[in-house]
Amino acid sequence: MRVNIGLAQMYPKLGDVAYNREVHLEHIERALDQGVDLLVFPELSMTGYQVQDLVPEVALRTHQPDETIAIFKEQSKRLDLVVGFVHEDERGRFFIANAYFSQGEIVHIHHKLYLPTYAMFDESRYFAQGNSVRAFDTRFGRMGMLICEDFWHVSPAYLLWMDGADVLLLNSSSPGRGLDTGDRLSGSRWVEQVNQSYGSMFTSYVIHCNRVGYEDGKVFWGGSSIVDPNGEFLLHGTYFEEALLVQEIDLNQLHRTRARLPLLRDERPGLVRRELNRILQENLT
Amino acid sequence: MSDSSMTAPTHILSRMDINTDLATQILTGFIRDNIAKAGLKKAVMGLSGGIDSAVSAYLSAKALGPENVLVIRMPYKTSSENSLLDAEAVIEDLGLSSLTVEITPMVDPLIERFPDMSNLRKGNIMARMRMITLYDQSMANGALVMGTSNKTEFLLGYSTIYGDSGVALHPIADLYKYQIRQIARALGVPRQIIHKAPSADLWEGQTDEDELGFTYDAADQVLYLLVDERYTTEETAAETGFSHEFVCKIWERVKANHYKRTMPNIAKVSQRTIGHDFLYLRDYTGRHGSV
Repeated sequence: MRVNIGLAQMYPKLGDVAYNREVHLEHIERALDQGVDLLVFPELSMTGYQVQDLVPEVALRTHQPDETIAIFKEQSKRLDLVVGFVHEDERGRFFIANAYFSQGEIVHIHHKLYLPTYAMFDESRYFAQGNSVRAFDTRFGRMGMLICEDFWHVSPAYLLWMDGADVLLLNSSSPGRGLDTGDRLSGSRWVEQVNQSYGSMFTSYVIHCNRVGYEDGKVFWGGSSIVDPNGEFLLHGTYFEEALLVQEIDLNQLHRTRARLPLLRDERPGLVRRELNRILQENLT
Repeated sequence: MSDSSMTAPTHILSRMDINTDLATQILTGFIRDNIAKAGLKKAVMGLSGGIDSAVSAYLSAKALGPENVLVIRMPYKTSSENSLLDAEAVIEDLGLSSLTVEITPMVDPLIERFPDMSNLRKGNIMARMRMITLYDQSMANGALVMGTSNKTEFLLGYSTIYGDSGVALHPIADLYKYQIRQIARALGVPRQIIHKAPSADLWEGQTDEDELGFTYDAADQVLYLLVDERYTTEETAAETGFSHEFVCKIWERVKANHYKRTMPNIAKVSQRTIGHDFLYLRDYTGRHGSV
């Protein structure tokens, strides 16, 4: 099966949900013009990244009627969508979230598991940690979503792989850092290495959408990409500039790669569980 | 090893090399974005004839177009004639609009009021008078005041609070002096500006390195390891070859001047206080930026 993937490498306006919704709708129209089946937006695409004390104002709720959610549900009758937003649950906890919309419904919501709170990052101050990592079925096969720091930890990606995800949908608001003599910032090189490694090690598709623009002095570097199950870049977006990137992927490549390289067949999650149980027991304090 | 000897260590400098094209792309984008968010099109900046303001001017002209960059030369009566000429070379090379506002008649009445005034006090008054002039032109022209401070002087606190540090944005304050020279060469800053001894030009014959008591190359290497690479002072001394005493002298200077890099403290009494728990980005209001 071939799926036309769109990556909306956009510049969200900080704290302005109404404005960003319009930008999403524009990208949806442009993506439909190019025959996109699944359009992925960056982390917190509805709000911008450093929302700080704006969190309660910009949050969206899925447990009660919400105009913005309703609009995306409606749009998802035309193409599948991954949208980044601040999610408030019934008990007033705020999460960094992705929703996968398809055929008029929310198919899955992922809450960011790992909230960087070090160096320039301060996410735990404002957000609750997500508590589960689950693959989910889409009309294009089984997928998993992770948000930025989530995929710097190997365990969530591994768990999604074991849960049946053949396509990893990653998005981020990754601020640039590490200017040296390289042709890219060292932070970009790092993320690209991780993505490429996941493609190779999990013999899966790795789809990554990263935002652009500036918030205070931080620059977001874009460079959205798609890595195929052979670990090669199928698509590599421009850095720093807004773009709608479109790339067809061939899901049959999963079979061809795995026939050659049966890493998934030979993987031993039972062994992982036994050893993890032992390690956890031995290290319980 | 003496930090002033002719054989002072330089082997750390190459680790600070940067891709100047990438730096230019990020910094010009930053300038464009900041000006757009303020709802403006223009920048105004002081042009001293030195390398920092020259780099800032070249980046601003690239980002906004030379027609949107107003540079102001603000000499005092003791300022060197060469500084004016070097500034002129930048103005001509970039085709910038410019003004010359002599600060002597504004500065002297205050200096004369206190006959025993030190050079440092006089220098601070000059730096603050330039800030006043720039902010007045900012209002007159709908232009943001562009910073010209680099990372080395910012860390060392080699600046006048509310003087040269009084600006609306800091495009080059995360580049060390060594990196400023690199990007200056790439941007085509006139050679004589790159090669002359850095000077605040606050009094005759002043040079930064004389006044600081060490070279920028020395400070850059020490600061790079301490700040960027998180070396301890002992590790920095071992890695650079500078004495531990010298490394500590630099670090003490960084710490002593921290107040210049932060907003003044606000005494907290209420439930929610600006700066403590009323937290929003500077960019959170206003217009949308543009890359």
